[in-house]
Amino acid sequence: MARAVTQKRKIINTVAAWGIGLLIFFPILWTILTSFKTEAQAISDPPIFLAFDWTLENYGVVLERSNYMRFLWNSVIIAGGSTILGIIIAVPAAWSMAFVPSRRTKDILLWMLSTKMLPAVGVLYPIYLIFIKLGILDSRIGLVIVLMLMNLPIIVWMLYTYFREIPGEILEAARMDGASLKNEILYVLTPMAIPGIASTLLLNFILAWNEAFWTLNLTAAKAAPLTAFIASYSSPEGLFFAKLSAASTMAIAPILILGWFSQKQLVSGLTFGAVK
Amino acid sequence: MATQHSRSAARLMMAPAVILLLGWMLVPLIMTLMFSFKKYLPLRGGDLGWVGFENYVRFVSSSSFWPSVMATLIIVGGVLLITVVFGVLLALLLNQPMWGQGIVRILVIAPFFVMPTVSALVWKNMFMDPVNGLFAHLWRFFGATPIEWLSQASLQSIVMIVSWQWLPFATLILLTAIQSLDSEQLEAAEMDGAPPLKRFGYIILPHLGRAITVVVLIQTIFLLAVFAEIFVTTGGAFGTRTLTYLIYQRVLESQNVGLGSAGGVYAIILANIVAIFLMRAVGKNLDE
Amino acid sequence: MSFRKSLYAATAVTLVTASGAFAENLTIATVNNGDMIRMQGLTQDFTDKTGHTVEWVTLEENVLRQRVTTDIAAKGGSFDIMTIGMYETPIWAANGWLVPLDDLSEEYDADDILPAMAGGLSYEGTLYAAPFYGESSMIMYRTDLMEKAGLEMPKAPTWEFIREAAAAMTDRANDINGICLRGKAGWGEGGAFITAMSNSFGARWFDEDWNAQFDTQPWADTLNFYVDMMSESGPAGYATNGFNENLSLFQQGKCGMWIDATVAASFVTNPNDSTVADSVGFALAPDTGLGKRSNWLWAWALAIPAGTQKEAAAKEFLEWATSKSYIELVAENEGWANVPPGARTSLYENPNYQSVPFAQMTLDSILSADPKNPTVDPVPYVGIQFAAIPEFAGIATEVSQEFSAVYAGQQTVEEALAKAQALTNDAMEAAGYR
Repeated sequence: MARAVTQKRKIINTVAAWGIGLLIFFPILWTILTSFKTEAQAISDPPIFLAFDWTLENYGVVLERSNYMRFLWNSVIIAGGSTILGIIIAVPAAWSMAFVPSRRTKDILLWMLSTKMLPAVGVLYPIYLIFIKLGILDSRIGLVIVLMLMNLPIIVWMLYTYFREIPGEILEAARMDGASLKNEILYVLTPMAIPGIASTLLLNFILAWNEAFWTLNLTAAKAAPLTAFIASYSSPEGLFFAKLSAASTMAIAPILILGWFSQKQLVSGLTFGAVK
Repeated sequence: MATQHSRSAARLMMAPAVILLLGWMLVPLIMTLMFSFKKYLPLRGGDLGWVGFENYVRFVSSSSFWPSVMATLIIVGGVLLITVVFGVLLALLLNQPMWGQGIVRILVIAPFFVMPTVSALVWKNMFMDPVNGLFAHLWRFFGATPIEWLSQASLQSIVMIVSWQWLPFATLILLTAIQSLDSEQLEAAEMDGAPPLKRFGYIILPHLGRAITVVVLIQTIFLLAVFAEIFVTTGGAFGTRTLTYLIYQRVLESQNVGLGSAGGVYAIILANIVAIFLMRAVGKNLDE
Repeated sequence: MSFRKSLYAATAVTLVTASGAFAENLTIATVNNGDMIRMQGLTQDFTDKTGHTVEWVTLEENVLRQRVTTDIAAKGGSFDIMTIGMYETPIWAANGWLVPLDDLSEEYDADDILPAMAGGLSYEGTLYAAPFYGESSMIMYRTDLMEKAGLEMPKAPTWEFIREAAAAMTDRANDINGICLRGKAGWGEGGAFITAMSNSFGARWFDEDWNAQFDTQPWADTLNFYVDMMSESGPAGYATNGFNENLSLFQQGKCGMWIDATVAASFVTNPNDSTVADSVGFALAPDTGLGKRSNWLWAWALAIPAGTQKEAAAKEFLEWATSKSYIELVAENEGWANVPPGARTSLYENPNYQSVPFAQMTLDSILSADPKNPTVDPVPYVGIQFAAIPEFAGIATEVSQEFSAVYAGQQTVEEALAKAQALTNDAMEAAGYR
């Protein structure tokens, strides 16, 4: 009896969850499908779901028009570089906040988050002028630094909340055994924190990948990432749904695939201290 | 407990992050403050001298100021409401036993990976276009007149687009929180014959309080800065001009850096007012 | 060994640079429209001829504007060539930000540039940007629908006629709208259209003392006429329609008439993209008998920012891209209908081009536009659908947003004009005009 009820509930759950999941995913699916249509079929009335003449033409046009690989590579370097640099700087800070807290720790943490509230557009000219002075306009290193600084508060926050979940007794034990501070972090703490670090890494990689204000305004040809790539497809002349879809698919596919493969890691550490 | 030695070591380890962020905050902040007291017009020769509080007065006395504050609050509030409510429901659902849970989870989190520019372009053109958009087809199929989304329901449309992007984030955090709930407690309540709504109200929701505050805090930081979604869809028309967008118009469209900087200072003040409320709530939770 | 090698290499580089034969790598910022994308495809021809290579930064119009303006105002030096319009050129030239183009080669024949275009791209008599293509605006209409309505389009119609014809052609049951016009917010979109239209109604942006003129009757007349006509015969949702949206509507056969950029003519008559390619007629943009028509004048042009290290190579590119031989190159590859129009007199004297159906009307439209004298009453500014002052883009975008809110039914004409008046005067005061 109880089993039957459970089974019935499981079916209802499955249907509901799949329905909602597909609904949420649909805009992405529709974009991917449209990218394989001809321009005429992309706007046909009624819309065609699957029974269209699949074509790779749009991808050909996009690849011919833009140097996709360079945009992609810049995105990888900028997002990856800023995330790794951010983690290197944030791990010690988060460690000390989590294990040697002082009265001010909480204030510092909240202050860090508040630095994210300065509207970027208001400081475009100052930052632009600084970049010119430093000679890092249109360079990957410049963007790595800016995006690292933008995401550093989030990285510190995530790591801090994760470190706090590690029981202090283990560290005490390691200290008793005479482990130095460096060894304590390297051999005791880090392995335990790997899931948290992995999740932080992924989340910030995504945030850096999708950042579209600085990456667009501080680059020209050399360092332009995929956000600049998409800015050349947004409103051309005539019918463009299919080409726009192809460009969009190409811009989001790498991160979508990465996200799917690593979603377990992403999810496992994505708590921001929400679980107690 | 901690020794003097480890305290100073801790300070040293915190130093790089704190100094960098201090620089990242102070340099632009000081420059913004400085520009806000100047007449600074890049297309008219740049720095044209000090003007006192003129920019501040002009920025608030503009007829666009209060509507832009309202638009900001509506977008932030609307998205928070939708993502938290649907996030809780979705998290509850995903926590139930079902087939293919992993795949459903992948489907649900996918929007979070999409660049804001791309999602705005896709929604605007392929869904909300009043002639060729999918919604228009759907409306016509049911014999209704298609809605002109981005002009007639502009704020709602933007709230919808942004909510779509942030729902996965809220769902994931809330789901982790639900999974950490003691299932014995729930089962006991079920045995006692507590109806589902009561169980939700008395056990699940209080447990989620902390997770909801975290979602609200993190999302607010990002939502106050929403830009690409407006730039791509309405360009600030039809009442969708937020404070951030108004500053953009002053700085880049009108090329009046002084006026825009004064707006920037107001935006910081607004952000901090919102932040104080939020951080009180979160701070309490962090203390536990 | 390795030291000697690098010394040798360094010497070689110095020698090559000194001799002037050094192949440069140019960074060019451009807009993502069809003609510019075609040019990117033909870049190899330039590299073959000169040895210089080109890096393209292709951006959507609004992003491009924001990007190049920031860069030139801050002297960022990110680009060797920028694609700018008639609006930016005189303003930037006045600031000394552009390299004057007064030493172009004999072969380039700068005198061949259409006088209207050269005028709009010059500052104090010196050319500062070379037009890649130029455009005015005109009426494109469906000859079949016009015939069905029992009407005949004059060569130079009035707004009254257009309104009547639009009403007669409208057949909403069959999804045919008598007239499609831009309503989208943005100074280069709906703002450009309504400003050009207002000129023919006797309106103007500013009087001679830079006072905003939105509280005058001609503006109320313009806006009321536009709104009434569009609600009678326009497509649903016209408040968000810009050039591209209207182009698709027209190509899909959903518009009886469309008044827009002359460059659209090659798209609507191209059978690959347009379902109505063989039944399109052209006429001059309408007027109201006050002596000014409602057509604008615009050019996308290439300019070289002052201070670039690669000025010589940049000039070579600029000459290549806007030359007569480039036009021939496109004609060879894509046919005469697809060459960049509106820039050179010789193009309109070419018999091959004269057979293109929209060539003559394009030329007539361009010739009837006078940016130095755009309005019925005198104005202190240059420009037809814009006023060439730095503040205009910001002001006009906000004004056009107020207008678009009228088109969407969110406020009345009177409310919008009152707001436009207030915000324009406020911005002009902030800039120090008043």
